Amino acid sequence: MDIQHELHSHPSEPTHHEEHIVSPKVYLVIGAALLVLTATTTGVSYIDLGSFNAVVALAIACTKMTLVVLFFMHVKYSSKLTMMTVASGFFTFIVLIMMTMTDYISRAWGRW
Amino acid sequence: MSTIVTLPDQSTATLPRVSYLNKEYGLKSWLLTGDHKRIAMLYLISITFFFFIGGAMAGLIRMELLTPVSDLLAADTYNKVFSAHGIIMVFFFLVPSVPATVGNFCIPIMVGAKDLAFPKINLLSWYLYIAAGILMICCLAFGGVDTGWTFTTPLSTHYLNTHVITAGLAVFIAGFSSIFTGLNFIVTIHRMRAPGMTWFRLPLFVWSHYAASILMVLGTPVLAITLVLIVLERLIGIGVFDPAKGGDPLLFQHLFWFYSHPAVYIMILPGMGVISEVISTFSRKRVFGYTAVAFSSVAIAVFGFFVWAHHMFIMGISNYSALVFSLLTMLVAVPSAIKVFNWSATLYKGSITFETPMLYAFGFLGLFTIGGLTGVFLGTLGMDIHLTETYFIVAHFHFVMVGGMLMAYLAGVHFWWPKMTGRMYPEGVSKLAAVITFVGFILTFFPQFILGYLGMPRRYAAYPPEFQVLNVFSSAGASVLGVGYLLPLLYLTWSLKYGKIAGPNPWQATGLEWQIQSPPLTENFAETPIVTHEAYDYEWLESTKGSEVPTVG
Amino acid sequence: MDSQTLAAQTAETPHGHEGEHPPFLRHHFESVPQQREAATFGMWLFLLTEIMFFGGLFCAYLIYRNWYYPAFVAGSHTLHIWAGTTNTTVLIISSFTMAMGVHAAETRMRKSLVTWCILTIILGCAFLGIKAYEWHDEWVEQHVPGLNFSPESFLHGSEAYPDDKLPLDMAEKTQVYYSLYFAMTGMHALHMIIGVSLLTLLVIRAYGGAYTTGHVNPVENFGLYWHFVDIVWIFLFPLLYLISRHQ
Repeated sequence: MDIQHELHSHPSEPTHHEEHIVSPKVYLVIGAALLVLTATTTGVSYIDLGSFNAVVALAIACTKMTLVVLFFMHVKYSSKLTMMTVASGFFTFIVLIMMTMTDYISRAWGRW
Repeated sequence: MSTIVTLPDQSTATLPRVSYLNKEYGLKSWLLTGDHKRIAMLYLISITFFFFIGGAMAGLIRMELLTPVSDLLAADTYNKVFSAHGIIMVFFFLVPSVPATVGNFCIPIMVGAKDLAFPKINLLSWYLYIAAGILMICCLAFGGVDTGWTFTTPLSTHYLNTHVITAGLAVFIAGFSSIFTGLNFIVTIHRMRAPGMTWFRLPLFVWSHYAASILMVLGTPVLAITLVLIVLERLIGIGVFDPAKGGDPLLFQHLFWFYSHPAVYIMILPGMGVISEVISTFSRKRVFGYTAVAFSSVAIAVFGFFVWAHHMFIMGISNYSALVFSLLTMLVAVPSAIKVFNWSATLYKGSITFETPMLYAFGFLGLFTIGGLTGVFLGTLGMDIHLTETYFIVAHFHFVMVGGMLMAYLAGVHFWWPKMTGRMYPEGVSKLAAVITFVGFILTFFPQFILGYLGMPRRYAAYPPEFQVLNVFSSAGASVLGVGYLLPLLYLTWSLKYGKIAGPNPWQATGLEWQIQSPPLTENFAETPIVTHEAYDYEWLESTKGSEVPTVG
Repeated sequence: MDSQTLAAQTAETPHGHEGEHPPFLRHHFESVPQQREAATFGMWLFLLTEIMFFGGLFCAYLIYRNWYYPAFVAGSHTLHIWAGTTNTTVLIISSFTMAMGVHAAETRMRKSLVTWCILTIILGCAFLGIKAYEWHDEWVEQHVPGLNFSPESFLHGSEAYPDDKLPLDMAEKTQVYYSLYFAMTGMHALHMIIGVSLLTLLVIRAYGGAYTTGHVNPVENFGLYWHFVDIVWIFLFPLLYLISRHQ
């Protein structure tokens, strides 16, 4: 019944979000990847890359986070609203860091 | 003077037989309720209580400042009084004012839902507020805190033996109350709108609360962690802000103001939502530029995150950073200005009547504009060096918060009072109170602008004698203001028993909340509404005049 | 066809489809999918608050690491890398077991759900145990800021890292490092304790079959929380333990 469906489905979401059940195989693969990345990041920290050590460490951490968020937390299979929510959280965090850094980075610049 | 108020025939009118107020009786039914309307009422009572405590503190401040010497209060005591005033007014009154009362009450009804998304979390939010309030009162009873509401380090972490931890924890808990309210609103607005209620059919009140809720959810946690760090530093000596251990006291201010600047938008946005509703209803005209007003609410929320260091221009941040923040501050004024223009355009060629909510709305328009304009002056880096930490700042934020937000709150309480209680308040007294408030406000705070640019510093119990005349004006105005705020407490309470029966739509307003009985049923709607009309559609309202609003009993 | 009366009809009668009014459907929601989406959305919003909560600490860390890099390096070297790596492994496996628990709830396998959740609890407790051991170690070595901090050990350098010999003023700055170490791992541990406690409650209810009759949401949403706490640790580990181990 069309009207019944219209009444049930929400105007904000034109389609019902399908409850996708992620298979355990995916979890296993992602879990293994995370463990490999952990070993990598530990190993790389023993190699001298100068200031790139921090970059690599953060990059690996971000990759791990992305895997957890997309697969363990199902964001890959979630609605656009969920993705926008996650994005807005990161955005605000980045704003906090970047704007605070404008102060700390520039304190030593010249006398003015 | 003409009025649009339309009440049912008082000789035969009665309150509906069943409503959310009489559905269940007993203290437990109120203290364990999940009904958003009852929780709103609980908040209304608690917030009013804290408002008067904060107001009493204000009274003490103005009494002390009648004379140039610190004669009524010792300097330390004065510090404790203005700190209490600030903390209570900001965290226990302004932040929850409209959202927790009118917002809690109206938002589910405005979107066409039976309740908020998480009723139990709503109740938890109120209990957290009460717990925080009790802790704050304990703090005051133990001797108070004298850091100012801003808890600036290293004063708060190292140089005081007052109850910083208690106050900090109280604000921490109140912050979570705020977070949960905001969370609830966001989910409700996204996921529980009735069929046909698209985003652009929502009342602008809902849009403002949506924007404010985003700020509550994203900003408040940073305040929380900052207060935790202060408590840890006082308790154990973890030296994150201690210069002696290598910390930077300015970091505290960055983290504190990262929340506290968006906090001022958390405070004002719901009030702006009220003003949109009131101006539209009492001009009988749809809000001009609905989309602009809706998007400007969200813009205020987003831009509000980028400007916090304008509270820190003289504190030691780099000049380059100060420049960036000053430029961004100019940007954040634009959406607020857009709203003021749109409200003015709504008034233009409208059929304006001057009921009490409208009087408060006019007060808001003028006073908020002045306050906002002086905010732009303060955002200008060069001006701020001279004006900061003077009474100019005090006047600025009181114009926007008291002249703006508090007036909007009173407008909202008066506007939705008939819906929440089923009763009308006496119109004569209420108009008088509104005018008294407006006059008292200007007398209190306008002199403070002058005092500020003449150089009188803020947060001082004593001042140079040449400032006394203006201070006396200010204190005189404060007593008038006090009368203006006391009157609503009296006549609104009176109206609960003796007020005229309001009927479902005394203001002839659009909006789903006006299509149901006053007071509403616990489940709000007898049947799920299906929305087919746009917001502020007065023609559609005319067409419904024929049908009866379903009431129970 | 009057849409108003149609609304009345559908609101009053139980919706034609079977199982549309299960006992866990709250009265203010129209349908189970709506309730589920709302609850998950609410949990994500709560996680946003957690991002910003920890965000303040990460901001402080960023600034002080830039200011006192040698002190941070020296401080980091005193942490046991085996403890950190083991803890990271433990948490990743616990995220896996939690995800499997959610899967068990979705596929309505009660005993599996209970098993996976108990495994997660055990792993969580293992994490906390190792953390407690580390903290005790820091206490013994007098690295707890404010309470018993002494920069003594940093004036001489250690056998593993002889270059960690710092001048007095930089040695004293290691206290900032430890302040952040304890604040961040302490906050994280608090969230782990809350998580383990909540999970225990969930396991008890799951044993009774509460989550294997279609009401997956609480397990799902707890899973989101648990994964988030894992992500925080995923960042804490390199930032606290792996600051240039090559020096």
